[in-house]
Amino acid sequence: MHELSIASAILDRVAAEAERHPGAHFTKVGVRIGEISGIDPDALSFGFECLVKDSEFDPLVLEIEFCPRIQRCLACANEFPAPNSMTGCPKCGDAHTTCIAGEELDIAFIEVEEDVEHPEAGGVNR
Amino acid sequence: MTTRVPVEQKVLNENQRLAIDLRERYRQNNVFCLNLISSPGSGKTSLLERTLAAFPKDTRVAVLTGDIQTENDARRLSQYGFPTRQITTGGTCHLDAKMIDKHLVDFDLTSLDMLLVENVGNLVCPSSYDLGEHAKIVLLSVTEGEDKPLKYPSIFAKSELCVINKIDLLPYVPFDLEQARENAQRVHPGIRIIEVSCTTGEGINEWMTWLQERREQALAITA
Repeated sequence: MHELSIASAILDRVAAEAERHPGAHFTKVGVRIGEISGIDPDALSFGFECLVKDSEFDPLVLEIEFCPRIQRCLACANEFPAPNSMTGCPKCGDAHTTCIAGEELDIAFIEVEEDVEHPEAGGVNR
Repeated sequence: MTTRVPVEQKVLNENQRLAIDLRERYRQNNVFCLNLISSPGSGKTSLLERTLAAFPKDTRVAVLTGDIQTENDARRLSQYGFPTRQITTGGTCHLDAKMIDKHLVDFDLTSLDMLLVENVGNLVCPSSYDLGEHAKIVLLSVTEGEDKPLKYPSIFAKSELCVINKIDLLPYVPFDLEQARENAQRVHPGIRIIEVSCTTGEGINEWMTWLQERREQALAITA
């Protein structure tokens, strides 16, 4: 529902990186989106494309790694993928589980194209 | 040739940074802050009305209430004589830490013991935004489905307390209270559940007791 705000926050992060490295050419930004993060990957991609099109970063690509929901059983500590909250532990049958993955909303990386002929213009050294 | 620069940061890192700052300001001023979240129409404003009406007049409490449009809620809540400000988001479906920060300038934190924040009616987006609160509270009313916790697990998992409102309507609606409790426990084992009716006042004492005890607990930790 607030995918455009999220897309905007991602682009802000790229802009901050751009400020630190003037002249660098950013090609891709990688994010991790959890299954129950409340973010729809398609809507996020759409929002991101719209924002990028009117920005200095066009044609920056958004790469989304989708992270499935994983629950841990509170009784036997078994970890298992759970498509919904009704899924009890497949090993011991206990209904009480806790979410250990699937809530991700992270920026993983930003890709920068090195200017081989003018390394001083675009290089990002870390 | 491309180079991959690792970032490994929350998308909402900037919000998180502001939320940490807010939390620190609450701690320094001994202000207990709650973030109320529910679908539109579950009764967040009604619960706040009951709460403010139950407070002694000298209670040092303030309210921030969020909506997409109108100042209606702030008008309703300001009748109780406590400082109240409306946050109109103009379309945004949640409150974020920046909005709280911006509206806090209207309050003197040193003269407050409690800040009650009513989020925009929405069970999805508000769950992603930390507002620096001590606890999130999720409301569910019996005119909704008892499967709400299963459909919107994130907010139920992140809330300390689930208030089930409108229990005066139980005889008239096909709401399975026991199933609702079980569903909430399923997505958040151990979540505290309080049943209330903001119309009849049933359960409000239990809610006020929770509020008082939770505040004392928060202040004991920060002291």
